[in-house]
Amino acid sequence: MSIQLHYVVPGDDFTRAGEASGAVKTTLKQLGFRPDVIRRVAIAMYEGEINMVIHAGGGEADVEILPDCVTILLTDHGPGIPDVEQAMQEGFSTAPENVRNLGFGAGMGLPNIKKYTDTLDIETEIGVGTRMRMTVRVTEG
Amino acid sequence: MTVAELQAALSLEVLVEGDMTREVSGGYCGDLLSWVMGRARSGDAWITVMGNVNAIAVCVLADTACLILSDASPLDDAARARAQAEEIPVLRSDKNTYTLAVELSRLLPS
Ligand SMILES: Nc1ncnc2c1ncn2[C@@H]1O[C@H](COP(=O)(O)OP(=O)(O)O)[C@@H](O)[C@H]1O
Ligand SMILES: [Mg+2]
Repeated sequence: MSIQLHYVVPGDDFTRAGEASGAVKTTLKQLGFRPDVIRRVAIAMYEGEINMVIHAGGGEADVEILPDCVTILLTDHGPGIPDVEQAMQEGFSTAPENVRNLGFGAGMGLPNIKKYTDTLDIETEIGVGTRMRMTVRVTEG
Repeated sequence: MTVAELQAALSLEVLVEGDMTREVSGGYCGDLLSWVMGRARSGDAWITVMGNVNAIAVCVLADTACLILSDASPLDDAARARAQAEEIPVLRSDKNTYTLAVELSRLLPS
């Protein structure tokens, strides 16, 4: 079994952010994945989606589902991340005030992605965009 | 304890019914969505003042048992619609987050 899914994540629309990760959650549930695996995928992907909405004017998500591994590739053409190491720190955020008022911008998104995934690769170029590839493996237990 | 039992015990207002048969295994308090996604556990009752559509998305993705709005916080229309579609119970109280958490902890086995 191999399933590929593709989503467009619209920029600056916080009401629609979460549609892609919600759809992936539903698909994984139908396929009978374990609840803890589904939860890890859903949260990591939502954080990535929200980041594209807040920081990059939207983007695209490609998801590959294999029996033992889920891979999420997020691609945007936003401003890029100047210092990835700094961005990965808990609490670091450049989110504007209006976004913080919605409950985002705690600077915990990338740390959460790191926490819930098995691998995370970030390729980013200033003025060109960011590609984030994350995988969640289905391990025993 | 189910969400319905929790709602009755704490006299919470029911804004969206959702799946009231869901078991509540713990609680989490906080208004910053990424903290909730990072720290809340599946099956927690989440107590917050955040009544927007993103809070409902967090309930769905983080698999919390219900959303409890403290301090009589508002639930906006988009959030209500999403909660109904996703069957997320949304409850509300005039009490603050601290008081609700204390009352919840008395109900849950330690
Ligand atoms: N897709 C992206 N494009 C550009 N910058 C990003 C992107 N994702 C994250 N960042 C940068 O990394 C920072 C930290 O991200 P994160 O940990 O998710 O925190 P938050 O989104 O709450 O600010 C952001 O504030 C932003 O500066
Ligand atoms: Mg973020």
